[in-house]
Amino acid sequence: MASEHVSESTTDDALVASVLKDADGATVVEQQYASSQTRYHRVAVPVDGYVAAVSAAKDAGFDMFVDLYAVDHFAQAPRFEVGVNLVSMSANHRIIISTRVPYDDPTVPTVTGLFIGANFYEREAYDLFGIDFPGHPDLTRILLPDEWDGYPLRKDASVGAIPVQFKEGSVDL
Amino acid sequence: MSDTTDTASEPTADMDTVPGHEPEAPSVADARREAHDIWVSGTEERFPFSTATNEGAQEMLPEADDPGAAMQAGIAVDDDYTSEPTVEPEERQIINMGPQHPSTHGVLRLHLEIEGETIRRVKPIIGYLHTGMEKTAETLTYAQGATNVTRMDYLAPFHNELAFSLTVEQLLGLEVPERASAIRVLMTELNRVSSHLLWAATQGMDIGALSMMIYGWRERETCLDFFEKTTGLRMNHNYIRVGGVAADLPDGWEDDVASLIATITVGIDEYEELLNDNPIFIDRTMGVGVMTPEECKQYGVTGPMARASGLNWDLRKTNPYCGIEQYEFDVPTGLHGDVFDRYIVRMEEMRQSLRIVQQVMDTMPSGDYRSEDRKVTPPPRKRIDESMEALIHHFKLFTEGFRVPEGAAYQSVEGPRGELGCYLVSKGGARPWRMHWRAPSFAAVQALPVMMTDSLLADVVASLASADPVLGDVDR
Repeated sequence: MASEHVSESTTDDALVASVLKDADGATVVEQQYASSQTRYHRVAVPVDGYVAAVSAAKDAGFDMFVDLYAVDHFAQAPRFEVGVNLVSMSANHRIIISTRVPYDDPTVPTVTGLFIGANFYEREAYDLFGIDFPGHPDLTRILLPDEWDGYPLRKDASVGAIPVQFKEGSVDL
Repeated sequence: MSDTTDTASEPTADMDTVPGHEPEAPSVADARREAHDIWVSGTEERFPFSTATNEGAQEMLPEADDPGAAMQAGIAVDDDYTSEPTVEPEERQIINMGPQHPSTHGVLRLHLEIEGETIRRVKPIIGYLHTGMEKTAETLTYAQGATNVTRMDYLAPFHNELAFSLTVEQLLGLEVPERASAIRVLMTELNRVSSHLLWAATQGMDIGALSMMIYGWRERETCLDFFEKTTGLRMNHNYIRVGGVAADLPDGWEDDVASLIATITVGIDEYEELLNDNPIFIDRTMGVGVMTPEECKQYGVTGPMARASGLNWDLRKTNPYCGIEQYEFDVPTGLHGDVFDRYIVRMEEMRQSLRIVQQVMDTMPSGDYRSEDRKVTPPPRKRIDESMEALIHHFKLFTEGFRVPEGAAYQSVEGPRGELGCYLVSKGGARPWRMHWRAPSFAAVQALPVMMTDSLLADVVASLASADPVLGDVDR
């Protein structure tokens, strides 16, 4: 893959290393944007060290919350991946900290305590993937109706037409 | 019925006896009277009014010191909640705005908890336009992908296509020709102008400057005319594709772009003349919907909104793509982070975008408009008749598509609303395993309580319009 490459140590590498100095078992992949000289880091940490890594990144200057995503790897265990995309404006660098959780316990601790902006993104991951974020203040469905059955972005959810279930406001009589 | 004159003078007299005319009129009237009795006069107590409804997940959180309620009150990061409560929390009123309200720019719904005229808490409710585009993308090849993503943020289709194409190119390690990059910059910057023009139109309309609405739509049309001439469509172009762009610029495009720049430059001056010193516009926008830089960072608010709050952050400068670093332009920033600063920033951004467009026009390189890698882009039509290899490439590309090496990549571009990012996971197939979008409007909608709380009900539309959310982008 042309975009991945091993490069000499730079200040960015030192910055990422400082974020991960307490994270055991972290793997780091460095990538380069298309049509650009800029690089960014993708870091995978175990779920135990996930919040600590995000917290360390925040302290190291990655103080802008950009994104939170989930991926269903289906056949590969652990099945689900959740990642946080953070930017350091002062160092002009991006870090994506991700973690993997198994199918029978899709539980990732919330980062809303560190970045309140993760609220909607974690709700989206819960809504579409069924990943639980203990500690989230309002973990409810966000894009789909409350009564929706299943988690559509999981790989075992079929693509196709499902009758839309409209909410009926239940009136107390 | 034998006397024709009687029938003509009193046509209704015997209508009840004509088959097919008699039954409905009395029953409809009865039903209306019954409904009136039940719902208006209250003479029948069969269905008494109920104030208790169950909103499920869309209900406001019970007010306590928990972070969710603090977020709905917009005080989670910076507590600028200045006015003191005057009534008990249970005496506050819930006003429901949208999803069909014209000022919500789509199908956004807002729960507003108000105390008199003051907004206390806001809960944005989204999902009315969710069409599962991320799931759809998993069933489309990379070659088809741009058709799908262009429909997300329908006011910035080129930016969607560009972010998607760049992400795939990052995974492929594909270089695109210089001319393709220049065309991409040209189209995306014009798209930024057209999007900001539409924003100016709707912002003006929402706070009563109706002339601005007409002017904004009028000037935007000049952009769309050029898009139509180049791509064949006014919106949802599917023009920027993996490997380059779909077609070269049309003959005489320089004249079109030159006249477009002239028209819009004059237009922007006119709008500023119209609005900058307008006392009503200033009263409606200055000091309204304030966001601090810290709040922008915490909520992931980017683009013109973050710049209006004073964050000097523009991906075109910090992470340049498509060779945009070779063009000269400035990044306008504001000081106060209010609606007025967002207006000033966006107006200046339009000028800077036109500046880039002018430079692209002056320095447009010659060469191919798409990569000559036949595994990714189709061969020219002529070659298919001449070369067996070209025919095979064409066939493979349009049946199976091209395969992308295994891996994951993130790439973002500076869209009109902020950082528009695409996160792609490939398992080596011809279709993305997972496509996730980092939508700028999603973050902006999330931050609405910060802007709206502690302001007046009438300022809700001003704040909302200044966030410029596109619900296709929010719900995807």
